[in-house]
Amino acid sequence: MATRSDVADGEWERPTAFYNRTTKYLVYTAVVAFVLYSLWSIGIPIDRFRRGIGAGIDLVSNMLPPALTPVQFELMVQGIVESILMSIVATTLGIIVSAPVAFMAANNLAPRPVYFVGRGIIAVSRSFHELIVAIVMVKAVGFGPLAGVLALGFKTVGFFAKLLSEEIEDIDTGQMQAIEAVGGSRMQVYLYSVLPQIVPRIIGLSIYRLDINLRHSTVVGIVGAGGIGITLLNSFQKYDFQYSSMIILVIVGIVMIGEAASAYARRRVQ
Amino acid sequence: MSSESSDAGAQWERFEPRERLLRYLVTLGALVVLAASWRAMDINYGYVASAPQEVMDLFTRMYPPNVMYTREIARPLLETINISILGTALAIVMALPVAFLSASNTTPNRATYLLGKFIVSFTRSVNVIIWALIFVAVFGPGALAGVLAIAVRSVGFTAKLLGEAIEEIDPGEVEAIRATGASTLQTFIYGIVPQIKPAFISVATFRWDINVRASTIIGFVGAGGIGVALQTNINYFKWDAVLTILIAILGIVLVSEGVSAYLRRKVS
Amino acid sequence: MLTVNDIKKVYDSGDQALKGLSMEVSGNEIVSIIGPSGAGKSTLIRCINRLTEPSSGEVWLGDTEITALSSKELRKARRDMGLIHQEFNLVERLTVMENVLSGRLGYMSTLDAFRRNFDSEDIAKARAVLRRVGLEGVENDRADELSGGQRQRVGIARAVIQRPKILLVDEPTSALDPETSIEVMDLLTEIAREDDIPVLINIHEVDLATEYADRVVGLSDGELVFEGDADELDERAKDIIYRDGQSREERDAAKAEQQASAGE
Ligand SMILES: Nc1ncnc2c1ncn2[C@@H]1O[C@H](COP(=O)(O)OP(=O)(O)O)[C@@H](O)[C@H]1O
Ligand SMILES: [Mg+2]
Repeated sequence: MATRSDVADGEWERPTAFYNRTTKYLVYTAVVAFVLYSLWSIGIPIDRFRRGIGAGIDLVSNMLPPALTPVQFELMVQGIVESILMSIVATTLGIIVSAPVAFMAANNLAPRPVYFVGRGIIAVSRSFHELIVAIVMVKAVGFGPLAGVLALGFKTVGFFAKLLSEEIEDIDTGQMQAIEAVGGSRMQVYLYSVLPQIVPRIIGLSIYRLDINLRHSTVVGIVGAGGIGITLLNSFQKYDFQYSSMIILVIVGIVMIGEAASAYARRRVQ
Repeated sequence: MSSESSDAGAQWERFEPRERLLRYLVTLGALVVLAASWRAMDINYGYVASAPQEVMDLFTRMYPPNVMYTREIARPLLETINISILGTALAIVMALPVAFLSASNTTPNRATYLLGKFIVSFTRSVNVIIWALIFVAVFGPGALAGVLAIAVRSVGFTAKLLGEAIEEIDPGEVEAIRATGASTLQTFIYGIVPQIKPAFISVATFRWDINVRASTIIGFVGAGGIGVALQTNINYFKWDAVLTILIAILGIVLVSEGVSAYLRRKVS
Repeated sequence: MLTVNDIKKVYDSGDQALKGLSMEVSGNEIVSIIGPSGAGKSTLIRCINRLTEPSSGEVWLGDTEITALSSKELRKARRDMGLIHQEFNLVERLTVMENVLSGRLGYMSTLDAFRRNFDSEDIAKARAVLRRVGLEGVENDRADELSGGQRQRVGIARAVIQRPKILLVDEPTSALDPETSIEVMDLLTEIAREDDIPVLINIHEVDLATEYADRVVGLSDGELVFEGDADELDERAKDIIYRDGQSREERDAAKAEQQASAGE
C-alpha cells in the first residue's frame, strides 16, 4: 500500500468504513436524529405510560393464577388440536407445491421468464408476514382453518422453494448429462439424478418447517384463520385474563415441545 | 461408487432391509397422520374446491391498485418503520444486561445464568402478536404498545446472539490491553468493544429487518403501524387500497432487507 | 532493577505454580528463563506485573514495591513494564496503529482514548517504531490481516512504545516457525540494547536461550534450580532442569501411583 508522504508524521486518522470522519459523524448524527424523530413522532404520552405501569401490574395480577372452566378447557383443547392439524396439513401442502416452484426458480434448469415467475412467487411469499397472508386468505375463502392452511402453506412455499432451488442450482450437472446421454426423458432426469441428491436435506427442512408452522398456527387465528388464536383473542376481548394467561402458557409449552421434538428429529435424520 | 465390484453391484440396495422397513413405516405413519389431520379439520370441501378461484377473484378485484391512496398511507408506513426502529433500539438496551447474564464467561453465578437463559427462551416463545395483545391491554391501542411488543419479543433473540458473541471474547486480547496500564474503562473500549462490535451491528440490523415485517401486522390488534389501515380497508372491502398497501409493505420490506444485508456485509 | 523476593503462587485449583522464588534482573541484561512446560515460567512473568496476583512474596521495580500498590498505582506501574505475549494478543479487529498506540493508554484520558485522539508525539513515535520493526506502511491494516511474524512485531512495537523500564516476554516465538523465530529474537534483543533496558524472557528452547541471553535462570516445578551465565549451562545443569525435574504430568502420575501403593 502506498503511504501518503504528505501526511505529517505526527498525524494519524483511523480509517473508517465511511469516506472520512466527517461523513461518519454525519451518518451517526442522522441515525440518532432519526431515532429521536421516531420517538417524537410516535408521541409517547408520558402520563399514559405512567398509568400503563399501574395497569400492567393490574393485568399481571388479573392473569394470575392461570385458570379456566371446563367449557373453556374444551374450547382450548379444540383450538390447540386444530392448530396442530393445520400445521401438519399446511406443511405437506406447501412442500408439494414448492417442488414445481423450486424448479421454476432454479437458474440452471428454468428458462428466463419462468425463472422470474418462480423467483417472484418466492419473494412475495417471503416478504409478507404470515398474518398478512392469513388476513387476505380469510377474505378469500372465509373464516376457519382452511384460510390458515392456505396462508401457512403459501409461506411454506416461499421458504422451501428458495432453499430447494438453491440446492438444485448446486447440483452436479455432470450427473444430469450422464443420464440424459443414455436417453432418459427430462422427467426421468429429474427423478433419477436430482431427487436422490437432495432428499435427506428435504426431510430435515420439512421437520424444521413443521416446527415453524406450528408456532404460526397458534396465532393466525387472531385474524380468523383457525386454531387457538381466536380463542386467545376472545379471552382478551372479554377481559378474561386468567384464561388468556392459561392459553399463552399452553402455547409456550406447545412451541417449546415442538422445538425440542423438531431438533431431536432433525438430529436423527442426519 | 465405481470401485464396487460388478457382481456386488447387481444386488446393491440403497438401504439395509431393516432400515428400509423403518423408512416405510415412518412414511406410512406420516401419511396416516396427514389423512387423519385433513379429515379432522372438518373443512368444507365446497370451499376447498373453490379456494383457488376465490383467491384469483380477490386479486382481480384488487387490480389496479389505488394510486391516490398512496398519500394516505405515507404516515402509517412511516409509523411502521418508526416502530420497528424504536422497538429494535429498546430491545438492544434491554438485551445487553440479559446477554451478559446468559454468557457463561460474564454471568455472576449459576442462578443468574439460568435467569438469563429463561428470559431468552420465554420472550422468544411468545409470538409478537400475543405480546401486542398484552401491551394493548396495558397501554391502550397505539404505537406505544407496538414498540413494546416488538422490543420484548426481540429481547431473547438479541440477547442470545449477543451472549454468544460475548462468550467468544478472547481474554488474551483484553489482558494485553490491561497489561499496558490501561484503566478498566479503557480496557473495555480497546479490548472488548472491538471484539463484540461486529456481532452487535449485525444482530441489530438483522433483528431490525425481522421487526420491520412484524411492525406491519401488530396493527391487527391495534398496536399501530400500517396494519391498522390494512385491516380497516380489508374490512370495508376496499380492495384497490389493500393492493396499494400490500405493494407498499413489499417495498419497505425489500428495502429494509437490502439495507440490513448491506450493513451486515460491511461489518463482517 | 527488578527484584523478585520469595514469591509464591497457589492457584485456586490448588496448583502450586511458584514455590518461593527469588531472583534479580539489573542493568540492561537479558535474562532468559528456561524450564519444562508447566514449570511456572508464565506464572512468574504474570506475577511480576500482577496480571496474576501472587499469593505471597515481593516484587520490586526500582524503588517501587509492585506487590504493595493499590490498583490505581498498579496501573501507573504497569506502564513501566512492557509485556510481549506468547500468542501475540493483538486486538484483532483494530488497526496496527491502534494496537501500537494502545501501549500509550496509561498516559491518556479515557475520552481521548475513546476518540482515538492520540498525542502527535506518540503517533510520530509509533511510526518510527513501526519502521524500526520493519512494518512501515501497514499501520492502517487490521491486525487480523497480518502474518504471525508481523503480529509479533506489532506486539513488540506495542511494548516498546510504552518506553518501559523493563521488557517482560513470554515465549515470544512458540507460535512462530524457526526462521521467523530468529528474526523476532534478533529484533527484540537489538531493540532492548538500543533502548538500554533489561529483558526477562521465557524461552522453551534451550538453544535460543543460550544464544541470546546474558544470563539463564532454570525453573523446575515452581522452583529455581539453576542460575548462571549462559555458557555455564552445561549438560548437568540441563539434566537438573529438564530430566530430574520431570514434567508436571509425569510427577503427578508418579505421586498418584505412590499414594495408591501406600494405601494398599
Ligand atoms: N489459571 C490457572 N489456573 C490454575 N492453574 C494454573 C493456571 N495457570 C497455570 N496453572 C498451573 O500452574 C503451573 C505452571 O503453569 P505455567 O506458569 O503456565 O507454566 P509454564 O509457562 O512454565 O509452562 C501448571 O501446573 C499449570 O497447570
Ligand atoms: Mg507458559
